[in-house]
Amino acid sequence: MRQRRIIPGVDPKLLIKDATKLMPDASRRGFLRGAASLGALTFLTGCDIIDGETAEGTLRKISEFNDGVQAALFSPTKLAPTYPESAITKPFPFNAYYDEDEAPEVDGKTYKLEVAGLVENKKPWTLDELYALPEVSQITRHICVEGWSAIGSWQGTPLAEFLKRIGADTRAKYIWFKCAEGYTNTIDMPTALHPQTQMTFKFANRILPRAYGYPMKIRMPTKLGFKNPKYVVAMEVTNIDKGGYWEDKGYNWFSGL
Amino acid sequence: MTTNTITTIDTRATIHPRWVRICHWINALAILVMIGSGWQIYNASPLFDFVFPRQIALGNWLAGALLWHFAAMWVFVINGIVYVTLGIVTGRFRRKLYSIRPKDVIADLRAALTFKLSHEDLSHYNAVQKLLYTGVILAGVVIVLSGLSIWKPVQFQELTALFGGYDTARYVHFLAMAAIVGFLVVHVALALVVPKSLRAMITGR
Repeated sequence: MRQRRIIPGVDPKLLIKDATKLMPDASRRGFLRGAASLGALTFLTGCDIIDGETAEGTLRKISEFNDGVQAALFSPTKLAPTYPESAITKPFPFNAYYDEDEAPEVDGKTYKLEVAGLVENKKPWTLDELYALPEVSQITRHICVEGWSAIGSWQGTPLAEFLKRIGADTRAKYIWFKCAEGYTNTIDMPTALHPQTQMTFKFANRILPRAYGYPMKIRMPTKLGFKNPKYVVAMEVTNIDKGGYWEDKGYNWFSGL
Repeated sequence: MTTNTITTIDTRATIHPRWVRICHWINALAILVMIGSGWQIYNASPLFDFVFPRQIALGNWLAGALLWHFAAMWVFVINGIVYVTLGIVTGRFRRKLYSIRPKDVIADLRAALTFKLSHEDLSHYNAVQKLLYTGVILAGVVIVLSGLSIWKPVQFQELTALFGGYDTARYVHFLAMAAIVGFLVVHVALALVVPKSLRAMITGR
C-alpha cells in the first residue's frame, strides 16, 4: 500500500520510514550474508562465493566500471523530460535519512555559500546575492534510488552560469558539495554543466521550505535523488573525488538517469 | 563400423549442443542473482501490498542489492545476446520453436495434465514447451528493455516513454520478473519429473 499512496498524494511520514530503511544498520552492513538465494548460487557454482571481502570488493569494482559506462552514456545536451504544472506531485515528499523535525534549520540572514577549490573568486555568497542571479524554472521528475518518483517544480540559477561567474576551472573533474547537516556529495563536471543542473532557491515559485533544503538545493534531473544535495553550505571545484554520504556506504557513485 | 556411421550416431544423440548448455547454466546463475537482488530492491519501495521475505532476497540492504543487480545484468545481457544470436544464426530457434499452433498447445496441455505426454524424444519440443520457451525468451527481452528504461529514464527516455513512462515501466519490469519466476517454477518442477531432461542439459545427451 505504501507505494501506491506515494504517487498520487504522498504521506511524508511513510517516506521517512522508507528513508530510514536506507540506513545500513549493523545487521544490514554486509552485502552478502543471510540470503537463501546465495545458497542456490553456491550450489550451482560449487564454490562459496559469499566468503566476504573479495566478493564485496569485486562488486564495488563493477560499480566503478558502471560509473564509466554511465559517464559515456551521459549526454551533455539531452534534457530530462519536463511536465506541466498539473503533473506536480502534491504534497511533494520530504525525504532524508532523518526525520523532518531533525532537518537542518539554516539562518538565511547569516547564511553564506562558501566557494572553494579551482575558482578565481572565492568570495562567499550571501543569500541576497544568490537570489539576484538570473532565474530559470523546471518541472521535472525526481527519482529516488529506492524506485519511487515524484514530479516537482524548482526555480533557481543554472549551476553552469554560477560556475562561470566565480571563474571556475570547468576542466576540473568534480564538484564537491557540503551541506548544513554534514551530508556530502561529489558530482562529475559534465553533469554540473548540464543545462538543467540548477542551484535551486525556490520550490513551486516559493522560497525553498526547510523540508526541501532551505536555503539552497542542487537540482539535477539527470541524477538520482540522493545525488541532489539540500541545505548546501559549501562547494568545491576539485580534481579529487571526495565521495559522498551514500556513495561511501555502497550506492553507485555516478547514479545517472 | 565406419567413421561415418559413428558421426551420424553422435549427431543424433546430441540433444543440446554445447553452446546451448553453457548459455543455459550461465543464464541460470545470472537470473537467480537478478531475481534475488531485484526482490530486495523492490522491498525498498514496494509496488504492491507485500514485500519479499529478507531470507530469500539478495544483497542484505538496498545498496548491496543494487550492486548485485547492476553486476549480474552484464552477465545476463551479454549471455542473452550470445544465446539469441546463436539461436537465430544456427537455425535452432526455427527448428525447435517455430510454428506453435493453438490446437497443438491445447492437445499437448491436456496430455501433459493427464500425464500422457510423451518425453521419449527430448530433441523434439511439444507445443507447450515451445510456447513456454518462446514466452520466456520474450519475457527476457521485455525485462531487459524495461530495466534499461528504469535505469536510464533520461538518456533512454524514448524507450521509457514506449513503456508508458518511468512509473509504468517499473510495473512492466515487475510483471516480466513474475512471468520468468512462473516459468522457472514449472521448468524446474518438470525437469525434476523428467530427470533425463536435466541430464541432457548437463551432458548434452
